[in-house]
Amino acid sequence: MDDGAEECVPTPSRELTQNPLKKIWMPCKKNGLPEKHIFQRKVCMTNCPTLIVTVGLPARGKTYISKKLTRYLNWIDVPTKEFNVGQYRRECVKIYKSFEFFRPDNEEGLKIRKQCASAALNDVRQYLTEEDGQVAVFDATNTTRERRETIKRFAEQNGFKVFFVESVCEDPDVIAENIVQVKLGSPDYIHCNTEQAVEDFMKRIKCYENSYEPLDEVLDRELSFIKIIDVGRRYLVNRVQDHIQSRIVYYLMNIHITPRSIYLCRHGESDLNVKGRIGGDSGLSDRGKEFACCLAQFIHSQDIPDLKVWTSQMKRTIQTAEALGVPYEQWKALNEIDAGVCEELMYEEIQLRYPLEFALRDQDKYRYRYPKGESYEDLVQRLEPVIMELERQENVLVICHQAVMRCLLAYFLDKTAEELPYLKCPLHTVLKLTPVAYGCKVESIFLKIDAVNTHRERPENVDVTRMTEEALLTVPAHQ
Amino acid sequence: MDHLQSALTQNPLEKIWVPWMSSKLRRRRGSSVPQFTNSPTMIVMVGLPARGKTYISKKLTRYLNWIGVPTKVYNVGQYRREAVRAYSNFEFFRPDNEEAMKIRKACALSALKDVSAYFTQDHGQVAVFDATNTTQERREIILSFAKDNGYKVFFVESVCDDPEIIAENIKQVKLSSPDYVGCDKEEAVADFLKRIECYKVSYVPLDEDRDRNLSYIKIFNVGSRYLVNRVQDHIQSRIVYYLMNIHVTPRTIYLCRHGESDLNLLGRIGGDSGLSPRGNKFAAALGKYIRGQCIPDLKIWTSHMRRTIQTAEGVGVAYEQWKALNEIDAGVCEEMTYEEIQEHYPEEFALRDQDKYRYRYPKGESYEDLVHRLEPVIMELERQENVLVVCHQAVMRCLLAYFLDKSADELPYLKCPLHTVLKLTPVAYGCKVDPVFLNIEAVNTHRDRPVCEDAQAGSAPSSRHNRIQPMASPAPNKAPSLPELGLNDLSLQNVSVDRDPMDALLTVPEHI
Repeated sequence: MDDGAEECVPTPSRELTQNPLKKIWMPCKKNGLPEKHIFQRKVCMTNCPTLIVTVGLPARGKTYISKKLTRYLNWIDVPTKEFNVGQYRRECVKIYKSFEFFRPDNEEGLKIRKQCASAALNDVRQYLTEEDGQVAVFDATNTTRERRETIKRFAEQNGFKVFFVESVCEDPDVIAENIVQVKLGSPDYIHCNTEQAVEDFMKRIKCYENSYEPLDEVLDRELSFIKIIDVGRRYLVNRVQDHIQSRIVYYLMNIHITPRSIYLCRHGESDLNVKGRIGGDSGLSDRGKEFACCLAQFIHSQDIPDLKVWTSQMKRTIQTAEALGVPYEQWKALNEIDAGVCEELMYEEIQLRYPLEFALRDQDKYRYRYPKGESYEDLVQRLEPVIMELERQENVLVICHQAVMRCLLAYFLDKTAEELPYLKCPLHTVLKLTPVAYGCKVESIFLKIDAVNTHRERPENVDVTRMTEEALLTVPAHQ
Repeated sequence: MDHLQSALTQNPLEKIWVPWMSSKLRRRRGSSVPQFTNSPTMIVMVGLPARGKTYISKKLTRYLNWIGVPTKVYNVGQYRREAVRAYSNFEFFRPDNEEAMKIRKACALSALKDVSAYFTQDHGQVAVFDATNTTQERREIILSFAKDNGYKVFFVESVCDDPEIIAENIKQVKLSSPDYVGCDKEEAVADFLKRIECYKVSYVPLDEDRDRNLSYIKIFNVGSRYLVNRVQDHIQSRIVYYLMNIHVTPRTIYLCRHGESDLNLLGRIGGDSGLSPRGNKFAAALGKYIRGQCIPDLKIWTSHMRRTIQTAEGVGVAYEQWKALNEIDAGVCEEMTYEEIQEHYPEEFALRDQDKYRYRYPKGESYEDLVHRLEPVIMELERQENVLVVCHQAVMRCLLAYFLDKSADELPYLKCPLHTVLKLTPVAYGCKVDPVFLNIEAVNTHRDRPVCEDAQAGSAPSSRHNRIQPMASPAPNKAPSLPELGLNDLSLQNVSVDRDPMDALLTVPEHI
């Protein structure tokens, strides 16, 4: 080997160019244009698509888990879609008559159900191979080993990894509550009264019980799976293969179904808000201080047991929380999006000094990163631990900022990356989120203290050649 | 209305807004992430000998301390070795050896007493009780003790029946144990296997049914399967996640900084500049070195900053960019020289020297913030096998501190010179470090804590020694800690806000 004295002639490494939207450095080809394939560290790197397969008797929370998991994965930018076999069955058999359809000796029924599963798997294949999907959640009972074998073979043929999520529960109260929450409102029972529906559904569950083969520690030791027992009291985790399965396990182990409410709001109106300036670390205006007091009254009137209060580390959210007179926790992760060189500027000034940047932002507000600042995409990654802890907690009030609140709201309401940056989160308005059925109920409570509007809609003309007036068309009024 | 609007003041070190009048409601808000612990937690290991209990205990403790949760290990074997000076043989562990049983129980109780002191007097938050704890009776004692004191208990049981794993374990950590000093290898192995047999008879593993109200994780065969029961809170959830991500497959982690950058040459911090000509040479040398190492399935990670990406480009292999690996944000001090910082922000400069770990640049970050930002990187490094991380000085210090178990005081002064690759190989209970200097000269960017010129003998020479020479040889992997320099007294360190500017700049490395 060399003694090190020899000159190391640098191999001509590729020239780097900075992508103007995301401010990512990438090697460019000789003509100055960027190379196509650049590995951006997305949070979940997996080399092949993953098929998540639910397992369990009816009313064990499989669809609840499927939808929630899908929502979470999409939020952290892993394209995910759920395929609910029951939906396929409803499209095939237009009208549901009774539990008899599910009797194990109903050959006609079995044929249809098998066809539906195949149709769903076909769509899974299409989604994962042709539509750039990364994770597909196959939501069905999958209670027999035979059915699971079929799915495993299908996955192997197509080069998909398989991860089973089984939910096991024998607590009659949990099952009853489940039926009340999501079965009574199902299309299957639209013409039934409550008692009829419950009775029929219980018989439906019975149809599966005899042939149910739960995942077994020994028989299924080569499979990758998580068995969730009694809604999270206990978990059995087997052979986690990669990063995304590890993240899925962590997520599933942190969620719960205890009823609770999450309150989201922004800090009170700040001095910079009034001047139409973005970012910064200013204090509350007089109206902002009034809001803080109203918030305190509102919170006290809600009589929320064991409420946790979280703020960012910026003065305006902390000032707001101080008025509540209860302990609060500061999270740096809840700080407002960093606008880099545009911090404390007005939109008019941004247009004047950085018209190109301003246009790029309007073109793709989610991915656009301020020079020396952040993007919404960065924000989501930064907020992931906050979401994880929100899932663990019960009643929480989060006092944050406009961009941050949009990200959190998008998670709870399953909004896309396109919608997220334009969600309306006005000052002095509290959003009360209550999980219900498969989603989230939102109540918007305006605390009747006026404030400036800080919401800027996407203007029609987002071209870099646009005129100043066109760029500033949607800027809200300010001092 | 006004009495509710307590004025806020910003703590000058961490830039945290706190109420000016300290109220009863005020809790520690200094870090970037809330501290989610109320009662102290005891982690209790369970398992036969050679099942990795001490490995897990030490690793978990290292991780928890790094993320800011004060944690300490209490290894009952240590207490036994102090009580019984010379270990003769496995007969000590025979279940019918009454004398020994008395000693062993006394050791366990002594350790529990120390746990109590750690929680009440030393502000510890987590204590790892490392012993076999293989009988229900012993676990009951611990549970009562915890209940009486208001501690939470989380059991970590390691179950393994793979003879190869056990044999490897014995080789790695038992043969070199103080118990077997001076023993022939074969004798040691034979004795240890008999020792394991002593425990097997009375071993009662945690049981799904009988222990259903306990909080625990059961790890089977080094992680192929886990049983998790009743996770009570945030910290237990984090512990479970961590334990499920670590592995024992041999592998190597390479840490290095980007090649020398244009701003490095000018003595300016931060920014997003490209590589200098020497930096480019380093990139090529790095490529050559990496190829020479013949590393199977090597992953390469960079930050989003131009200089690390340029460096990785020199290796010529696919790499992944992590924003989390970006250098510490120096806020208003970005792209300044230390001289300019002293000129424009002398107070900030002094505060930073007073507590470099917690100090946050105005509109920037602190090392403490960095650690929280890097936690997902560490988690993924644990999952991975062979990885080369091309990053930055402050970032590399944080990562290194995790692998080498450095304290918050030592971390910001770890030596991470340019053009030097640190090769980390997990071995026994820790990490072997091989620094590899790739023989391309570069400026020194390491600034030590300044010391008074007329300080006690022993300290001044150190500061002058550290001051100038560009790093031409691999750095020692332990920066001298303050007590070692005899600098427990703040007056000996020149970190006061009113210090002379020349003293402040004493340890600034040379630059253009």
